[in-house]
Amino acid sequence: MWAMVVKEFRQMRRDHRALALMIALPLLMLVVFGYAASFDVTQVPTRVVGPAAEQAARQLPGILEVVEVRAEQDADEARDALRAGEVPVAVVAGASQVRVLVDGSQLFTARAVAAGLASAAPTVDVEVLFNESLDTAAVMIPGIVGLILVFIGTVITSLGMVRERAAGTLEQLAVLPLRSRDVLVGKIAPYFLVAAVDLTVVVVVGVVLFEVPFNGSPWLLALGSALFLLVTLGVGLLVSSVSESSGQAIQLALMTLLPQVMLSGLIFPLEAMPVAIRSIAYVLPLTYFVEISRAVMVRGADLAAIAEPLLLLLVLGIVVFGAALARTRRDLVPARPRKDPTARQQAGPVTA
Amino acid sequence: MTFGLRGVTVQQGGTTLLHDIDLELSPGTLTAVIGGDGAGKTTLLRSLVGLVAPTSGQVHSTPPGCLGYAGAASGVYRDLTVEENLRFAAAAYRLPRDLIGQRIAELLEVTALAASRARRAAHLSGGMRQKLAFACATMHHPELLVLDEPTTGVDPNSRAELWRLVARTLADGTTAVFSSTYVDEAARADHVLVLDRGRTLTAGPPETIRGGVPGQVVRLDGVTSEAPSWRRGRIRHAWIAPGARRPAGAAPIEPDLEDAVIVAALAASATRHREEAP
Repeated sequence: MWAMVVKEFRQMRRDHRALALMIALPLLMLVVFGYAASFDVTQVPTRVVGPAAEQAARQLPGILEVVEVRAEQDADEARDALRAGEVPVAVVAGASQVRVLVDGSQLFTARAVAAGLASAAPTVDVEVLFNESLDTAAVMIPGIVGLILVFIGTVITSLGMVRERAAGTLEQLAVLPLRSRDVLVGKIAPYFLVAAVDLTVVVVVGVVLFEVPFNGSPWLLALGSALFLLVTLGVGLLVSSVSESSGQAIQLALMTLLPQVMLSGLIFPLEAMPVAIRSIAYVLPLTYFVEISRAVMVRGADLAAIAEPLLLLLVLGIVVFGAALARTRRDLVPARPRKDPTARQQAGPVTA
Repeated sequence: MTFGLRGVTVQQGGTTLLHDIDLELSPGTLTAVIGGDGAGKTTLLRSLVGLVAPTSGQVHSTPPGCLGYAGAASGVYRDLTVEENLRFAAAAYRLPRDLIGQRIAELLEVTALAASRARRAAHLSGGMRQKLAFACATMHHPELLVLDEPTTGVDPNSRAELWRLVARTLADGTTAVFSSTYVDEAARADHVLVLDRGRTLTAGPPETIRGGVPGQVVRLDGVTSEAPSWRRGRIRHAWIAPGARRPAGAAPIEPDLEDAVIVAALAASATRHREEAP
């Protein structure tokens, strides 16, 4: 038995990545997730509209953090602002009545506002929009769609190149007359299609079985999903190209998956996170997909409302795919001579 | 057109894997690169196909579209069937669509894999898998065919079949080079390069290497001798270096390629010892 213990320790010591995963990662996760794991929303950005906006803004309870006062706007414009995701709460201050409009697609924020107003201003009329009954499924399922896409896009795809390397077929690919981008696109196309089918099934099941509202355009969701898939597939390929074994690839893929689950706003509201932790969320693709899917499905948002997260996904996609392409090219095209600058490799036959 | 290496040195991680190697592959010929484990055979072939960039020297190879390569790990997809592997190779080499079926049928026939066309590569024997790798590598009638240890772990019958396939490919005008740890296989080549620790031990046509043995090779037949000796079947052969005395009763023999390679290694070792001696 002792021989086994010693052997395992020796192997463990040489697998630096696994060692880091076992020691450093739990500590990092504890700190990051410890701060992130909070459902408590204490302040909600609020726009106050209507003829009595100025006066109402001064009297609102502490949970409503007034960020804009637009006396010229009416209730319909406030609704549009909520649909576009500009603010989660709008206070419509009329001459005789004050009404609070709350975005129901931001579940914990909406609940915090409802609870805060019930105790601080019980007479105020609160109207929850888009998800009137504050149904959890209506908010979670659009986000879970993203999680499924991450699973297929990153975790499954991450095994692709590693499998080629382990089987000795990667060097075979390198001598075939294929361009790096042919290999890359050829690798991801099947996963892209499977993920698209999965996406459709999950959305249909969500709508039919869980009665999740679908108020927006399916084409917008398709566009957001396509961009999001490009990023997740790119991450999968990148993980695959830097891993030496399937085990390493899975470990790395999970390391990209966990922060997305915890920090993307899927479970814990972004508003409840400290600024430093929230800044991590803004480099995670799932954060933008959750925003897009909830906006389209629950709020019925239009293209202009989701243009920013779409654009950011596109930028992330370009960065991640560029890195994956560079890594894949390194595998498929040998490095240039490094030590002797006069050396060269000549392609093509020469006559002796 | 001639392919080959000129003065190629490959260094990786502070280790010299190949040192100033020259190799000329004449058109339509078969070249054997032989040597023990770690001699540099695979590095040499990988340099030739562009998988390893030389630290210095020149590689004269062919563009990927005219190159056929089967690596030591065979490089076939184990979860695809024989026919699916061939179809992938045909598509990757951009064979005209109307020729693919005919070429695959031809290769299945010559490799005797027709009956196994629907079997997954994972379920093939080692020899069948090597034949499949060979078929994939020759799908496009390459100008240069590079085979890394094609017969390692392959039974004698399958080895014979593989050599028959190689001979057929050479007859079509392809230039071929293979690596092996088996010296007897090198005897069928037109040109042999023997590597030892990344350096050229000896090179040339097999008959030239045999004829160039310094001193004598003798058969010991029970005779005791201080001369370096090695077992060949049930008898021992020994090398009598130039100037050394042949033991009484030891009969001189005509060295075969294996004897010649062993003598070359012994001579190189003796030279190294002389150079290292204070």
